[in-house]
Formats: sequence, C-alpha cells, structure tokens
Amino acid sequence: MNLIDKIFKFNGGINAETKKNISTSMAVEKIEIPKKLILPLRQHIGNMPKIKVSTGDYVLKGQLIAEADGNVSAAIHAPTSGEIKSIEKLLIPHPSGLPDYCIVIAPDMKDQWIKKSSIDWKKIGLDQTIKLLLNSGIVGLGGAAFPSHLKLGLNRTNKIDTLIVNAAECEPYITCDDMLMREKSEELMKGIQLVQELLGAKETIIGIEDNKPEALDKINFYINKKSSITAKVVPTIYPSGDAKRLIYLINGIKIPKQKRAAEYGIQMFNVATIIAIYRFINFGEPSLSRIVTITGNLHKPRNYEVLFGTSLKDLIKKSGGQINKNNTFIMGGPMMGFKLPSIDISVTKTMNCVISAEQDMIEEKNEPLPCIRCSKCAEACPVELQPQELFWFSKSDQFEKAQNYNLFDCIECGCCSYVCPSNIPLVQFYRYAKSEIIADNIAKEEAGIARDRNDFRILRLEREKKERAERNAKRKLESSSNDKSKLIEEKRAEIAAALGRINKDEKIK
Amino acid sequence: MLTSILIILFLAVIIGLVLGFSSVQFKVKGDPIIEKIDSILPQTQCGQCSYPGCKPYATAIAKGEADINQCPPGGEAGVRALAELMGVEYKPLNESHGITKAKAVAFIDEDTCIGCTLCIQACPVDAILGAAKQMHTIIEKECTGCELCLPPCPVDCITMPEIKEDTENWKWKYPVYNINKTDSNKPKVSH
Ligand code: SF4
Ligand code: SF4
Ligand code: SF4
Ligand code: SF4
Repeated sequence: MNLIDKIFKFNGGINAETKKNISTSMAVEKIEIPKKLILPLRQHIGNMPKIKVSTGDYVLKGQLIAEADGNVSAAIHAPTSGEIKSIEKLLIPHPSGLPDYCIVIAPDMKDQWIKKSSIDWKKIGLDQTIKLLLNSGIVGLGGAAFPSHLKLGLNRTNKIDTLIVNAAECEPYITCDDMLMREKSEELMKGIQLVQELLGAKETIIGIEDNKPEALDKINFYINKKSSITAKVVPTIYPSGDAKRLIYLINGIKIPKQKRAAEYGIQMFNVATIIAIYRFINFGEPSLSRIVTITGNLHKPRNYEVLFGTSLKDLIKKSGGQINKNNTFIMGGPMMGFKLPSIDISVTKTMNCVISAEQDMIEEKNEPLPCIRCSKCAEACPVELQPQELFWFSKSDQFEKAQNYNLFDCIECGCCSYVCPSNIPLVQFYRYAKSEIIADNIAKEEAGIARDRNDFRILRLEREKKERAERNAKRKLESSSNDKSKLIEEKRAEIAAALGRINKDEKIK
Repeated sequence: MLTSILIILFLAVIIGLVLGFSSVQFKVKGDPIIEKIDSILPQTQCGQCSYPGCKPYATAIAKGEADINQCPPGGEAGVRALAELMGVEYKPLNESHGITKAKAVAFIDEDTCIGCTLCIQACPVDAILGAAKQMHTIIEKECTGCELCLPPCPVDCITMPEIKEDTENWKWKYPVYNINKTDSNKPKVSH
C-alpha cells in the first residue's frame, strides 16, 4: 500500500445522513440577470472595502465599485453593466439580522464588459500578480471568504510543496462544489495547474469524499500517471473538509494548534476559488458570480449559478417555495450554518448553500438536560478538545479558563452538539464565549490607546506650561536688557529734540 | 590566604556586576501594582471616580485611599476584576459616582459650533480637532465617551449618541433554550 492510498483517520467526527442527492438530480441552472442587484460591502473576512462609485454612475460589467482597504480586504465589482441606484444600509446575510452598507445596481440588461485583459503572470512576476489579485475580489468560496491573494502570497515566506484542493464538501445538503466538479472539470483542472504554478508547488492532491463518484470520474479523466496532480478519495466523515482535518486525512500531517498549513509547506484552496483565480488570470475576469445550493424542504431544490447580488427570495421562489411552510432557512450547512433572520437578502461570496429547514431541524424536541459528563462530546471532537469543559467555562463566563482549554481552536463543527445525549446546544455557548472574549480584547486595545493619548496629553500640558513659563521669563529678561533701555533713550532723545524745537519756535516768535 | 581573598574579591565583582546589570535591565516601569490596577480600569478618563483620571484613581486604590467600586464605566465586571486583584470582597458599584451607561461617543453639531475651543481643552484624550473660531469635530475612534466636553460648551452643541449595534460589533447572545418535551431523531440544528 503506498502513501497515496493510505488514509489517516482523525479523531471523532460523525456520520450523518448526507442528504446531498436532494439537490444533485438537476444540472446547475444559470440565472438570467435580475432587475436589481444588492451588493453588501462586507462579504469577506477583513476590512470593509472603500466605495469607488456614487449614485447615478454608470458602471460596466467587471468594473471595480469598491476597492480593497489594506491587505486584509477584498474588492467588489459590478456583476453586470447598469446604473448605481443607491448606496444604503440594507439587510445582509448575517446572523444578527442587522442592516449594513450595500451598493444597489439597476442592470441595463446589456451585460457590457469593461476592457478585459489576461495577466501574463510569468512576465510581470508573482509580486505584481498578487497585487492585481488584491483587487480581483476573489475570496475563498467554500464559505470562509478569506481573501485569496493572502494565501497565494504566503509562499514567499514559506516554501509550498503541496497544493491540496479541497473538494471534500463534507457538510450534509451542500452540493455546489460537487456540481461544479461535474460540470466544469476541465476549467478546474486548468485552474489547478495554474495555482500549483503560482504557488511553486511540486504536487497537487485533490481531496474528495467518497460520496461524489460522478465528480471523481470527471476529474480522473484529466489525471494521468505522469501528472503531478492526484486525487485522493477520503471517507465520508464529517468534518473531513475542515482544512487541518483534510490535510491529516491525506498526508498524515498534524498541523499543531495556532500553526498554519503554509508553515508545513501546504496550501489549500477550494475548487470554486481555483476556478475564480483561473478566470481572473486567464481572462481578466474578477469574481462576479458563484454556484449556490438551494435545498431542503422545497419543491424543486437545485443548484444555481448566479451573479452576486441576486435576490435569495427569488431563488427560493424559483425552487418552487417551501413544501412545509415554516419560514425557516439556514445559510451554510446544517452543522455549521446559522438561521437566516430574513430571506430579503442577496447572494454573496460566502453563500454556498441555503437550506429550507425540514421540520425536525427547527423543533427543539429534545429538552436540554444537565451535562452527565459522559464525554461523548470529547470522543466526537475532531480537534481533540474537551467540549464538556469548554461548555462549563463558557456557560459560567469563565472565559480565561475556556481559553486555557483552547476555546479558540474549536472549529464550531457541531460534532459535540450532535452527539450530546443531553441535547445541549454546545456550539452556541462557544460562539457566545468567543464573541465576548473578542469584544473584551477590542475594548482592552481601545483602552490602551486612550491611556497613551491621556499620558501624551498630560505630557503636552506640562510641556506647554514649561514653555509658557520660559517665554515669560525671557520676556522679563529682555525688558531689562540694554536693547530696551536704548530704545527708551532714543525715544527720550526724540522727545527732547521735539521740545527743543518748540522752544526754538517760541523764541523766534 | 591570598587565593581565598582573591576568590572573594572576584565573586564580589561578579555579583556586583550581575546586580548592577539586572537593576538596569529589569527596571520596572512605575509601580507594578498601580500598573496592574490601571490595566483593569477602562481608561475613559471621565473623573467620575472623583480622581482626575484612571491613573490617579489606580494610585489611590493602591495606597488604600479609594474603594474599588467607584468607576461607573468599568461596571460590575470592572469591580469584580479589581476585587480579585486586590484580594478583597466584591461590592456593588457605589452609585454616588454614577451608573454604568452604554458606550457613547461625542458628536458636535457643526452648524451650531462657534469654535470657542473650550471642548478641546476639556478632552482628556485630545480627540477633538479644530482651531479658534473654526468648526470642531470629534475623532470618533479616539473619543472615550467621558462627557467632559459637554459642560464647557457655551452653545450646547455636543451630544452623546450611544454606539449602536451593527454587524461589526454584534455579539452572539447567551443561549436560551426552548424547553420541549417530546423525543425525536437527529439531526437537529444546533444553533
Ligand atoms: S456529550 Fe453532553 S452530556 Fe456528555 S459530557 Fe459532553 S456535554 Fe456533557
Ligand atoms: S464544535 Fe468545537 S468542541 Fe465541538 S466537536 Fe467541534 S471542534 Fe470540538
Ligand atoms: S471613573 Fe472614569 S476616570 Fe475614574 S477610573 Fe473609571 S473611567 Fe477612569
Ligand atoms: S465648546 Fe462647543 S462651541 Fe466651543 S468649540 Fe467645542 S463644540 Fe464648538
């Protein structure tokens, strides 16, 4: 048995019903240009991009409408030609249900491109290419939305040997990557070659779960014995698609806590992201669309290829609407996703899947009971954490202790909640604890700035006081100096002379 | 005899060097206990504790002159942290110093401002920009919400709007469960 066939099984994980066939019976449907596109500015991890257009502007397809603000940010482009209708706060796909800044475009239906030009990356060099990628708008399309130029630029500090293509798609229901591999395998393989070259990697391993035989067939068609690209089938165990879990499954390399894969010569990209990079470099096309799975409790669940900004509500309508009208929708998978506060939102770069909830997903039928310390959760945790301890510390606001138990290594996969016989919503507690800790750290940072500014002000006031005292002293000194008395003398002389003249005049009289 | 004297001399020199070096190298900046207290205080610099800023209050606590429950912006969590650090019992906030409010930042109505510069002189963190006879603005990021600029303004054009929840500062809430009785099969949504 050679290394390629060997699978390194990670701790825990779960075998849930995949429910993927619900949305794979029909081909991906390309949605025509809608009447309105709503583009939230926050669609990625990092800084909000800077708006480059104003209301009333005419924009072309692919035109930059918001520019990356700093390195950890991503740009946004007009998905089609049309007019900027407004820039306003509207609902975005976010668990808070709060509005955020969006650019609204009214398409003119001409779909007119800006001047596109491919990038000769070998000629302009990698540095220049990555700078261009910063404003390509490409972020990880697997759901994490991490700006891709950062991942491509990393090999300048770390030598990358292996590109791992994440084709695991391990969460139940989601099939957008599966369908993309079935329908765009040729483009994907070209993209893989390109990304491998960009990274300077020697080999590529495509990690794919064994529940996607059609996609695997398509990929295998392009793989020959001599190529540096191989596909490795991994078992269907959730969460095999988590970066560190997939690396372990494939390579047997355990990336330690707080370390990045790049430090071990590995970089990972999702299949859809690879195609986006390929289209940008080869055709000069920025990130304008994606495939999204609309599935679950619907009459016609399927995958759609849509422009960013397309209304989610319209897609749900197109899918025949809910069978059981419970008005509950989940964005992402059933394990890691979140309940959408509203479907009056648009498709964004992070939206890989929306599930119309089945009845058993929303009815919290099992009453949460106290933790019985069965440690089933620890057995299921793929990160080898102790979820029962994390739960206890998060529940009682003992955040420091939670951090000592590596709360921030938790990937929120939900395996622990899934197996817990007491039906405790464990992940909810971890999310709560994490966001409290993050807010606290920000407050600490701001307090630090305020402290420095206050210290500076006190110094400034002291300095000004000293300067004022010095100035006063100097003035006093000057007034007693010779210059002053000379001036007074001159004045006196002038007065005397004038008086003399008067006296003379009087004498003449 | 001579060797032992030499050895002792040698040791004395070495120890002296080490001590001298470490006193320079490991010199503590300020009083460590004051620094520790100050690092808990929210640095709003509002003076509600009846000291002219957080550092002076920290110094007073360290000296045992002030109680630990005099800082309204620090709130209950702040008092708890101070109690733990000082090894004393927690006590509720002394409300004679004020109550904990939601964080706010100052906002100057720039049409009404007469450019008198009085607010600049009051701001403990230099978060107000402007010159004499010119309209003044708040550097929102730097403003601690201390409210010290409010009373000096002769035309009452500064307000303190609360910082609203948005997608950036939003936090996951403490989980509350629905209690239901029947049993069912998984999967369920865990969020
Ligand atoms: S699985 Fe649930 S009941 Fe068992 S130890 Fe973990 S949290 Fe407690
Ligand atoms: S959600 Fe966190 S604690 Fe629970 S199994 Fe996943 S990684 Fe472990
Ligand atoms: S009351 Fe105001 S000045 Fe006093 S410690 Fe608290 S924040 Fe600082
Ligand atoms: S105190 Fe009021 S009027 Fe004077 S500069 Fe400040 S804001 Fe303007």
